[in-house]
Amino acid sequence: MPAGPARDTSRLLMDRSEAGRVGAVLPACDVPAQPLPDASLLRDGLDLPEVSEPEVVQYFTALSQLNFSIDTNFYPLGSCTMKYNPKVNDEMAFLPGMANIHPLQSAQLSQGALDLLYRLQGFLGESTGLDGVSLATLAGAHGELAGMLMIRAYHLARGDTGRRKVAIPDSAHGTNPASAAMAGFQVVDIPSDKDGSIDLEALRSVAGPDLAGAMITLPSTLGLFNPNIVEVCQAVHEAGGLVYGDGANMNALLGRAKLGDLGFDVAHLNLHKTFSTPHGGGGPGAGPVCAGPALRDYLPSPVVAQADGEFTYTLSEPPSSIGRMSGFHGNFGVLVRAYTYIRTLGAEGIKAISGNAVLNANYLMEALKDTYYLPYDRRCMHEAVFSADWQKARGVSGLEIAKRLLDYGFHAPTMYFPLIVHEALMIEPTESETRQTLDSFIQALKQIDAEITDDPEMVRLAPHSTPAARLDEALAARQPDLRWKPKP
Amino acid sequence: MTLPGQTQPRLTDGAFQSHYIPNTPADQADMLSILGLTCLDDLFLDIPEGYRNPPLNLPGPLSELEIQQELAALASRNRPLGSGPSFLGAGSYHHFIPSIVKALVTRGEFLTAYTPYQPEASQGTLQVIFEFQTMVCNLFGMEVANAGMYDGATSLAEAALMACRVTKRDKVALADTLSPTYRQVIQTYCQGQDIQTVTVSATSPDVDETTACLVVQYPNHFGYIEDLAAHAAAAHDRQALFVVSADPTAMGMFQAPGSYGADIVTGEGQPLGIPPSFGGPYVGLFATKQQYVRQMPSRLAGRTVDRLGNPGYVLTLQTREQHIRRERATSNICTNEALYALAATVYLAALGKQGLRQVAELCYHKAHYAASRIAQLPGYSLPIDGTFFQEFVVQCPIAPAEVNRRLLERNILGGLAVSEAVPNAMVLCVTEMCSRQDIDALVDALGEIG
Amino acid sequence: MSPDDRKYTQEHEWVKLEDANSQQALVGITDFAQEQLGDIVYFELPEPGANVEQLGKMGEVESVKSVSDLFSPVSGEVVEVNAALADNPEVANNDPFGDGWLVRLAISDPAELESLMTAADYESYISGLS
Repeated sequence: MPAGPARDTSRLLMDRSEAGRVGAVLPACDVPAQPLPDASLLRDGLDLPEVSEPEVVQYFTALSQLNFSIDTNFYPLGSCTMKYNPKVNDEMAFLPGMANIHPLQSAQLSQGALDLLYRLQGFLGESTGLDGVSLATLAGAHGELAGMLMIRAYHLARGDTGRRKVAIPDSAHGTNPASAAMAGFQVVDIPSDKDGSIDLEALRSVAGPDLAGAMITLPSTLGLFNPNIVEVCQAVHEAGGLVYGDGANMNALLGRAKLGDLGFDVAHLNLHKTFSTPHGGGGPGAGPVCAGPALRDYLPSPVVAQADGEFTYTLSEPPSSIGRMSGFHGNFGVLVRAYTYIRTLGAEGIKAISGNAVLNANYLMEALKDTYYLPYDRRCMHEAVFSADWQKARGVSGLEIAKRLLDYGFHAPTMYFPLIVHEALMIEPTESETRQTLDSFIQALKQIDAEITDDPEMVRLAPHSTPAARLDEALAARQPDLRWKPKP
Repeated sequence: MTLPGQTQPRLTDGAFQSHYIPNTPADQADMLSILGLTCLDDLFLDIPEGYRNPPLNLPGPLSELEIQQELAALASRNRPLGSGPSFLGAGSYHHFIPSIVKALVTRGEFLTAYTPYQPEASQGTLQVIFEFQTMVCNLFGMEVANAGMYDGATSLAEAALMACRVTKRDKVALADTLSPTYRQVIQTYCQGQDIQTVTVSATSPDVDETTACLVVQYPNHFGYIEDLAAHAAAAHDRQALFVVSADPTAMGMFQAPGSYGADIVTGEGQPLGIPPSFGGPYVGLFATKQQYVRQMPSRLAGRTVDRLGNPGYVLTLQTREQHIRRERATSNICTNEALYALAATVYLAALGKQGLRQVAELCYHKAHYAASRIAQLPGYSLPIDGTFFQEFVVQCPIAPAEVNRRLLERNILGGLAVSEAVPNAMVLCVTEMCSRQDIDALVDALGEIG
Repeated sequence: MSPDDRKYTQEHEWVKLEDANSQQALVGITDFAQEQLGDIVYFELPEPGANVEQLGKMGEVESVKSVSDLFSPVSGEVVEVNAALADNPEVANNDPFGDGWLVRLAISDPAELESLMTAADYESYISGLS
């Protein structure tokens, strides 16, 4: 269907710019014109587009329609927890009394916001069993960096300067080693055992006086709960190290187990995963840091405290804080959404989230395990990790299967991660999809398996029905074209 | 903590049914029986028994109506900008936002999409990033820009780390006119890698052979335009990089940092169509020269072609990033602020070439009008001599905290106290949101207070 | 098949003396390596004048979604870097044993070649990997 030039996305803003068009009208200046500074300080031109307001709306709306999203498609993207994003959460964040408050206005003028943040700190502390909470970190990896800097500061404060190593399982997200390195640590890979758990003996072999700590994702990125997690935490503690928890997979554990009870010292939560705040095409997120007794005093600044035991709240700096991680007090708009979500659900609802998320994942796993190889055939948590090895042996890769799913209207699962599973397809349904959607997804994956027999070439060239066909990523990397340039 | 909440389950059969969970008790029972289980708790037997099902002390669930009432009550205890004249800036600015920004960023197709790792299913987000990168390059006069960072402060901290990687040096020089908050965030980021941070005079910055970069804010923390040409020379004379944190609104009027030879330019994207929202979410801007593109943090979208030869967009140069290079990545950043990069892109598309200049000029003229009137008030002075944009320093006859308290009695939000730099001084910010009437009210109030 | 006019490392680099008396040698990656990497998009190589050590890291090779270290098969000084790779890294995919060479070395100890694999050794080594 031809969309007409204004809605045709093939022309970029600068291509459609016409001199003299404006997309917004501003008020006239109501004060006397003031002397301008020296002309050498002022710029001549500014290359921004000149387009009218309807064109802007038509162009960006047309662009939006080229996307898959949770609202339009099932998104079984493992480790990303693409659950429904409640609309009331957005509406609460947009209240003028929330969206329009200045971060530096006095605490006295922001008591509602500080009260909300204080309560949210309490909710997150209660959910993790780690009751010191800072909300100032802006994404999961940002929380990881804060947590690792806290571990560093803890050891240094005790004069323990030789702890330079951090143990990280081979199944970890890439952010874990990257965050540990940014905090100045040397990363030691810990293999997984045959059940997909952390190899305790391998961990013990590196747990010496140079071990600062371990970074552990629970459930693991294989979607499995490590039954030996308590022993793992003990082994790190016995060596004088501390345990960091990557909370990316907390959708499995909400209300079912507390990281603090299991032995974790510090963890971050991904509010844009577990707590339903929208992912926005790559952010914003929020990655609050929750810490137990050993590390509470090192939390990033600021935290919200009650003043003088009264119902007034202030921003304060923990006594041994690693310092500020961000410009202000965290991604407040995201925090309002998460608060709204937790208040909407309550304790029972929170447990129903994890219960149904894990139920849906196991339901998918059971239905698909005869068609796709399941390298760890045991009860999964919120996600199931398959391998496309059987299909690969028949000439079609996991990537190609994932791309073919797009033709069925389903977003691709996470592919080739975790790295320790060959041809990995990591499927996380979340709690917010209907059983009918799960059934149609199961059908699609079985049908694709049949297509591999009937028409492998068609699968290999997928997708066929998306706005763009398979893109040449090698060309993009060899000859980077990273911005619009005028035609010569 | 005691908060109101329903304690009674809402279904007559006693099971809790959330409106966010489609599975009914009957669905659950049926699915569990397929798995050979009887209840949801059976799914969690891998959790050691003593740790399973701990008490969870959270208030009970609320209906949407109740939640709206609770949040409205919390919101009513905050003073929003717009409820009276506001002259507070210092890194978060009150600017006009066209209605189309919210309308477009709340479209579910943008709002509820994931990071565009599957390009065939994410051409919308990817093309927006490409537009954003183009606009950031043009604003700052730079060759390459990324898809955005968390905020202005972290963007600048990552620039300092990048300068250390590029120069293989481990000291960063921060101008004494840099925002103290930005300085603190840089220090936090630098502590892990034992990078030294030193404060240098903005009038004669001391840059030596061990300095990785000179970091300057433009306009600076106090609102004034620095001599970027001199700073660039000071840095480049010692083969250090020149890093500038620039206000994007000021770019509607003032020379781009790139024209002075800046090597990395960062900025807080909040002024570009993003509400102050008590400090976030915002978006960090980050641009550099082509030669340093492989040392950049965060995502980049690039243009390519698809299998059928049609143009399309992908995330590219991903080998820099944590999911591939892991502990040797240029940064650990993964989730960034894509939705607010979209907001900034829509804002800049709507305002365009003329509009951004108009906004900048409105801020400039109103701020200078306010400054010239305040300078005439007995007891008040403008202690800093220099070109400023929309913020300026006023020395008050009494402590700024007291001035602000008395302004608030007149429903005016005053400025940021900077008494540590200049006795009894505050930075006032005047944007296009302040009418002449607002400014006159401020001047009158200051006159009465003084 | 790997040509037998050169020696090989376990890290899938080759080194070839330019002529019998030469102290200069070309270094590259094997066909097996380029096949495993897929589309090569970028090489980071040492500058001319740099000294490299046998089996020491000398650079990196990137495909779209991987980064691998490159190791020098022998010690020596880099005298030339294959300029063609800067704009066309795919040459190393298309002709890994020929035009896709990476660097030319002035080798410091020809005896080091003795410790490397012959073509036949390398072929049997890679057949054991897959």
